Amino acid sequence: MSRVDNPHDDVAIHTTPVVIEPGHTFGSVTDKISTIVLRKRTPIGWWIGFALSFMVFGILQGTIVWLLLNGIGIWGNNQPVGWSFDIINFVWWIGIGHAGTLISAILLLLRQGWRTSINRFAEAMTLFAVACAGLFPLLHTGRPWLAYWMFPYPNTMGMWPQFRSPLMWDVFAVSTYATVSALFWYTGLIPDLATLRDRARSRLGRVIYGMAALGWRGSARHWARYEATYLLLAGLSTPLVLSVHTIVSFDFAVGIVPGWHATIFPPYFVAGAIYAGFAMVLTLVIPLRKLYGLEDFITQRHLRNSAKVMLATGLIVAYGYMMETWTAWYSANTYEEFMIRNRFFGPYAFYYWALMVCNVIVPQLLWIRRVRHSTLALFAIAMFVNVGMWLERFVIIPISLHRDFLPSSWGMYSPTIFDFSMFFGTIGLFFFLMFLFLRFLPVISIFEMRTLVPEAEIKEDKTA
Amino acid sequence: MKRRTRTPTYGMMAEFDNPTDVVAAATRAYEAGYRRLDAYSPYPIEELSEAIGVHSTKMPMIVLIGGIIGGIAGYLLQFYTHVIDYPLNVGGKPLHSWPAFIPITFECTVLGAALSAVFGMLALNGLPEPYHPVFNTPNFALASRDRFFLLIQANDPKFDPAETRTFLQSLGAREVNDVEH
Repeated sequence: MSRVDNPHDDVAIHTTPVVIEPGHTFGSVTDKISTIVLRKRTPIGWWIGFALSFMVFGILQGTIVWLLLNGIGIWGNNQPVGWSFDIINFVWWIGIGHAGTLISAILLLLRQGWRTSINRFAEAMTLFAVACAGLFPLLHTGRPWLAYWMFPYPNTMGMWPQFRSPLMWDVFAVSTYATVSALFWYTGLIPDLATLRDRARSRLGRVIYGMAALGWRGSARHWARYEATYLLLAGLSTPLVLSVHTIVSFDFAVGIVPGWHATIFPPYFVAGAIYAGFAMVLTLVIPLRKLYGLEDFITQRHLRNSAKVMLATGLIVAYGYMMETWTAWYSANTYEEFMIRNRFFGPYAFYYWALMVCNVIVPQLLWIRRVRHSTLALFAIAMFVNVGMWLERFVIIPISLHRDFLPSSWGMYSPTIFDFSMFFGTIGLFFFLMFLFLRFLPVISIFEMRTLVPEAEIKEDKTA
Repeated sequence: MKRRTRTPTYGMMAEFDNPTDVVAAATRAYEAGYRRLDAYSPYPIEELSEAIGVHSTKMPMIVLIGGIIGGIAGYLLQFYTHVIDYPLNVGGKPLHSWPAFIPITFECTVLGAALSAVFGMLALNGLPEPYHPVFNTPNFALASRDRFFLLIQANDPKFDPAETRTFLQSLGAREVNDVEH
């Protein structure tokens, strides 16, 4: 992982672009980030983005109302394709969330200093993506008001959940992941909330941020425990994030459907999740740094490193696709072979080849230094990967289900307008939450940025 | 926490404008024999905690215990459910099918550890704490921006209003102030 940060990366001068532009002090870092939250006038661009995302979120709300009134028959899922957009979108969103944990936890443990200015943002992304993801399994139960039946509690029915089922593992994995991500995020926010409390000019701001900061005062005794806790949480989140997507892949791999029943699924899903997540980080961060003038903190270095992680995980994913095909041939199993032939040449072949273009071919451009250095090109490639990762789940879920063992039980699947309105609606919800976060909470971790400023260096000779 | 004996002030606070000075001052104060002291900084400084005598925290032990309790509870929940309370024969497989219990056991371990980490940290730090005397210090709002503070509590056995003030001033503080209760 340290190779990601190759110091000989720059064409022109053979020095790595800095993680924070020179000339910043404790004060300037604090002011620059906290002003985004504390200024009185909300920029017009924020209002436009907020209004648009709220409108799209409205579509989700409308769809949910219609869904609750009519049941999940309004979706296109039906025998033999019982899982489709609901599970595709669930896996897509969960995967996006994983990059946030990777950036905040794994890169912290690997001492990758460049993570600091994007970790808060990426954690927020995780949290909101998990919120969007959670809606799908919840609503596809059909009667979400009975969703608490999935939790093990002594009840008058005398029943317990089936803990041997990967679907129950999923309930535990996703709810643990959501809880731990929220704890990690909030713990990281406490010192910054204290900064906002101390700098807010309005009384309301002082009271609200003050309550949220829990009376944090920056005591050295507190910091010692805080740092230990933060590291421990990072150490816990790292295996957690790997386990969550492994368990998500078990939802398929433990089943017997050809195209699902594969041992390569856990690593291939985890790599895919990180791949999708970094694509989403780039999708969000590139416009954000421009709009809020944060180029000093989110520098070219961050974009390039993200691009490299994307390239690496993309290659793992491509290896996964290759192995699926190879295994199908090597197994000499009729059903496995047919599954691949059906992907290549079947009725949904277009989506398979579109997936190959988006996830395998286009990202190879990242080998070229000039592409990695172009913000616009990175943004475009990230969009391809966002689409590609969605298509990957489409290929795995409905395409595997629509033709399994018995030709007599084959069928075609097509989504309805409500499948699309739910999917796009969650994108609205995601951005709606994102815009609220941008306005009310510091988008970059202020206290961690202070540690990067040159002033933070303790001069040894004076302390001795 | 035990109710401290009432002192006229909470303590005395010295203000510094860079991390090197406050670490040096904290080291000197500790060497001078002050033990009830604390320092305040806008970001974590390991040297500063070391200087006031904090060398390790209980956090790793708390998290370990939390994780073990979470893991055992998660496993026992599944064991009780599938073996004792609701035995269900699925395809003739053993009731105590432990490999299938591992994923949830693992998730419960992480959940227990993470909850005990965050709530343990807050509890040991005494947070949330709505009121604390150090906030009465002039300029203390800057402790979350770019100032560094060193506090010697009035209940320190070595504390003496005049002597401690001279001592803190000799450390190169920008300002030395009394902290009201």
